[in-house]
Amino acid sequence: MELLLVFLVGILYSAGIYLILRRSMVKLLLGFMMLGNGANILIFLMGELSKGKAPIIDGEESQFTDVYADPVPQALILTAIVISFGLTAFAIILLKKVHATTGTDDLDSLNVQDLDI
Amino acid sequence: MISNFILAPILVHMLTAIVLMFFWKKIRAQKTISIIGNSIAFLVSLQLSISVWQNGNMTLQVGGWEAPFGITFVSDMLSATMVMLTALVSLCVGIYSTEAINTSRIRYGYFVIFHFLIMGLNGAFLTGDIFNLYVWFEVVIISSFVLLTLGGKKRQMEGAVKYVTMNMLASSIFLTAIGILYGITGSLNIADLPEHVAAVENRGLVTVTALLFFVGFGIKSAVFPMYFWLPSSYHTPPSAIGAVFGGLLTKMGVYSMLRIFTVVFTPDDFIQGVFVAIAVLTMISGALGVINKRNLRRILSYFIVCHIGYLIAGIGLYTELALVGVIFYLIHDVIIKSNLFMMSGIINKIRETQDIYRLGGFYKDYPKLSIVFAIILFSLAGIPPLSGFWPKIMLFQEAFAQGSYVLLGTLIFASFITLFIVARIWSEIFWKDLPKPNSEEIDHFCNFHKRGKIALVLPIVALAVVSLFIGFKASFIFEISERVAYELKNPQIYIDSVMNHLK
Repeated sequence: MELLLVFLVGILYSAGIYLILRRSMVKLLLGFMMLGNGANILIFLMGELSKGKAPIIDGEESQFTDVYADPVPQALILTAIVISFGLTAFAIILLKKVHATTGTDDLDSLNVQDLDI
Repeated sequence: MISNFILAPILVHMLTAIVLMFFWKKIRAQKTISIIGNSIAFLVSLQLSISVWQNGNMTLQVGGWEAPFGITFVSDMLSATMVMLTALVSLCVGIYSTEAINTSRIRYGYFVIFHFLIMGLNGAFLTGDIFNLYVWFEVVIISSFVLLTLGGKKRQMEGAVKYVTMNMLASSIFLTAIGILYGITGSLNIADLPEHVAAVENRGLVTVTALLFFVGFGIKSAVFPMYFWLPSSYHTPPSAIGAVFGGLLTKMGVYSMLRIFTVVFTPDDFIQGVFVAIAVLTMISGALGVINKRNLRRILSYFIVCHIGYLIAGIGLYTELALVGVIFYLIHDVIIKSNLFMMSGIINKIRETQDIYRLGGFYKDYPKLSIVFAIILFSLAGIPPLSGFWPKIMLFQEAFAQGSYVLLGTLIFASFITLFIVARIWSEIFWKDLPKPNSEEIDHFCNFHKRGKIALVLPIVALAVVSLFIGFKASFIFEISERVAYELKNPQIYIDSVMNHLK
């Protein structure tokens, strides 16, 4: 399972960065989504997977005696998902607006402001 | 010292923003509330700084969850200094915004987002948890996205695409670094991390993580080769927004570097070498970029890039004296960059252009304003005894003492270019006659009512006075910088103040 996730993370990162480097705005957006998901799975992976072990202590005992799933990475991912949801929503609206004002999907044509000598 | 008061600078801005939302369409009420909120935040930040200065570090374990399990807020002298600078700049820019930002932008929530941005900055400066730092970063960038695009002009949109792309990429890299750091250490508390990082056997992985943090923060603070988003976006929004961005946002990246690379990772020779090399390239590319620009605000944007190099260079040298120089320069830079952008706003109001070749005759028309602007420009160039001079001389000295002659040469080169461009700005905008005679209706400034003029000029004068104060009372600023640098070089003080309950 770990190995599978390692490859998945690698694919998501490389595909994400490849798409960000493209000239199309839609691909830029897709690239960010992939990069965000890749980062989330990476955090999940770094927290050491342990299947079916909830971090709950039995009533009689006072501390953990068994291996347990680390809850912190899950909390981090949850936060990161919410944040990337907000950012993606903003980015979609922004790119839609950019498309409406400039009438192009090509990122290279957005250099008008940079040409002041 | 444990105190809830540490949250006050964050909460004041949050409450101000929330109250502002209830006055969505009432422009005058929004302006008043914003000024009141900024003033309270200023007093609160002053109180926080004085308290930290007198009683040492202040900490708060949120919700009673002791470190390293809960989220910690820490204010040491570095955080307190940054919060104080943020409060000063936000108060001045807040007052300036009441007249400089047009009513349609205010109607779409300019002040609300402005206060959320300042809240995020304060949070980033005060938090003692690395994931919490990420969350504050996100608060700041999403607010800055909205401020940058508010108004929806075509050029703003073009700049925003670059800005949004690079900042989202920086966040992803920062998050990746946090993920790996958590994987190898199992902790997120900045004060708890150094112990775990030191225990990691795979040193290569630690270096990689450190460099990932450097790239993440480097994009935010616009270092070579990740700076190009800054000059292509900072000149597009109104000057008040540019003032906050130019003064504070890049400095947030520098603050995070200072924090992470003094407490969590201790730079070895390799990382120090990377810092110095990046600093040299940043200064050169910033200085060369500034030479052929005509748009005043693009010149200022390249100045930001160029002068970030000074700060990175100081971190790279990593001696106590170099860090004193960095902190001193940081204090000077935040004030001066905000002020320069506000200055460009007034020039724009008077002449309706930012092109330095089409500007001119400013000294003849507005001699008093010109003198204030001269103070700002000469402080930037670092003409003694104005504020830019002292930190530069410290950095020169330290580069010389450490034998980094390439760095020393670049520092001098960047200073020289700064002086050259300042002289050019002065001769083109202030001394030269106006190329095309000015028609009266262009000048939006002289027709302003009296209160409006005061609101525009007072913040600039106030910050110019602060610059003069930094220059003439350098011993006081030096004392603060020395204390900050001492704390940075002895991270045990920071660690003990957070973890003291374990003893």
